[in-house]
Amino acid sequence: MKILVCISKTPDTTAKIAFTQNNTKFASDGVQWIINPYDEWYALVRAIELKEKDPSTAVHLITVGGADMEPIIRKALAIGGDEAIRVNAESHDPFYIASQIAAIARQGTYDLIFTGKETIDYNGSAIGGMVAELLDLPYISLATKFDLNGTTATVIRETEGGEETDEASLPLVVSCQKGVAEQRIPNMKGIMGARTKPLKVVEPAAAETLTSIVSFELPPAKAGVQLVAADNPAELIRLLHEEARVF
Amino acid sequence: MSVLIFIDHSEGQIKKASLEALSYGAAVAAQLGTTAEGIILGTVNTDLATLGKYGIKKIHQAADKALDALDAQVYAKLIADTATQSGATVLVFSNNFNGKAVAPRVAVRLKAGLVTGAVALPDTSNGFVVKKNVFSGKAFGHIGLTSPVKVISLNPNSYAIKEGEGAAEIVTLSVTPPAAKVKVTAATQATGEVPLTEAELVVSGGRGLKGPENWGMIEELAKVLGAATACSRPVADAHWRPHHEHVGQTGIAIAPNLYIAIGISGAIQHLAGVNRSKVIVVINKDPEAPFFKAADYGIVGDAFEVVPKMIEAVKKLKGIA
Ligand SMILES: Cc1cc2nc3c(=O)[nH]c(=O)nc-3n(C[C@H](O)[C@H](O)[C@H](O)COP(=O)(O)OP(=O)(O)OC[C@H]3O[C@@H](n4cnc5c(N)ncnc54)[C@H](O)[C@@H]3O)c2cc1C
Repeated sequence: MKILVCISKTPDTTAKIAFTQNNTKFASDGVQWIINPYDEWYALVRAIELKEKDPSTAVHLITVGGADMEPIIRKALAIGGDEAIRVNAESHDPFYIASQIAAIARQGTYDLIFTGKETIDYNGSAIGGMVAELLDLPYISLATKFDLNGTTATVIRETEGGEETDEASLPLVVSCQKGVAEQRIPNMKGIMGARTKPLKVVEPAAAETLTSIVSFELPPAKAGVQLVAADNPAELIRLLHEEARVF
Repeated sequence: MSVLIFIDHSEGQIKKASLEALSYGAAVAAQLGTTAEGIILGTVNTDLATLGKYGIKKIHQAADKALDALDAQVYAKLIADTATQSGATVLVFSNNFNGKAVAPRVAVRLKAGLVTGAVALPDTSNGFVVKKNVFSGKAFGHIGLTSPVKVISLNPNSYAIKEGEGAAEIVTLSVTPPAAKVKVTAATQATGEVPLTEAELVVSGGRGLKGPENWGMIEELAKVLGAATACSRPVADAHWRPHHEHVGQTGIAIAPNLYIAIGISGAIQHLAGVNRSKVIVVINKDPEAPFFKAADYGIVGDAFEVVPKMIEAVKKLKGIA
């Protein structure tokens, strides 16, 4: 079996969010980059667990990004996976990125493609669905549990206020979130081993870009908190009812 | 040229997020000088003609029970084909669970630019630019769409439902759905509870509540307010609460009218998921808790003393014995 895991990078969750060049670019100076948590904690770890169960499984990582993606992809390889592919292109358009991943997936004939639920910077939640459509494969989004029995996957996905159990045959695309696996910390052996794992760089396939970021904006600052005395919660309820009018 | 809005439903009910999407789609249509149409796959207990009150002229329906369960591939084909047949140039989805499954596929089929997580009407003064959430609620991005067909996925609780007059014409979809490759074998719905993503009022608890046995007062406050319950990540990680209640940068992002945070410190990753709430109330015994900086109202005090009094006050206000 072959699994392709989509990996992207995001600023560390505590990074200061600011913009430069007239609010058109993210101010990345001094920003610490991490593997997108959903990709790392859930998609990657679940793929590794499947390989641990069936050692004949190959786990390949794919990323679409510039050379600055390499430390991130090496870090992912330190957690697990056999080899990685970097498509040498930078884009924020989901269609362009998905087209690159689909092009690689077509060549590799993968049984399973995992993505994270979304990236925590652009919050698109679009790549998995787009890749599935480009490859004409079924897609199960926002999975909280993934099990495999032969070539049949049983997946639990979250719905509004509930969940649904789905069954589908491989090949399949799944986007992963909390519940699918537990975060793993890479060990020394993994870190050493990752240095020599193959990391192939390929040039992008021709694909259209359908969206562009025009500008960014920070939300307005809060006016400041209005404190109510601890012995008078009734006053808080009155303010919420009469002043804020939220109920 | 028209605007086509996907109407999502479960258990025979149209989701609130879809009523927002209908209102939004009707406003986009008005802005572009065209008409708004809806598409619904499967069966509901609502008289669809009444959706005209949201400004919808026509509803395309495939009233096939087999379509009540979502298969993203099947849905995408039917929606994209309908869009092409009806000449839709803008498609609107809710950025809810099903919307996230379907909208990206539809965008690919139509070679349409996609914006997910939209929070405002498009700016059409110079091109077609949609404002969306980025950096998990810490900022907004303005995304330009250059393709002839555009797909917008609207964040829940970001656009107010607008009701007017009117009846929609119902047309039956003339396409045959392809066979579903995903089989839904079970579905559970927490009954009687407000789904977190659709909730207007949310009561949330953190590690300051010490243990799962203390959630009675959180649930009671939520109940008297008609609110949904949420929690911080460590609370879900420790299995004090179900993981679907986990809000924040790595959980669910919500934007209710009221978010009451009880015993939550207000870490940056938590704030990312809730800072678009219209009003934030913080109950925390530590006056230095970072959450107070993001709050509109607050009480510095012990939750175990404050919350029961809040429940009493709400009961009094609402005349609940
Ligand atoms: C990559 C990453 C992603 C993360 N994603 C998320 C996320 O999505 N969501 C999330 O929530 N967190 C997330 N976190 C964790 C986050 O950093 C915080 O650790 C977490 O939010 C803290 O939870 P808490 O506020 O419940 O607990 P604590 O930080 O322990 O705070 C408890 C609070 O309760 C108060 N308190 C104690 N007793 C009482 C009392 N009797 N009455 C009133 N107040 C009391 C304390 O003063 C304190 O402020 C993430 C962290 C990382 C590194």
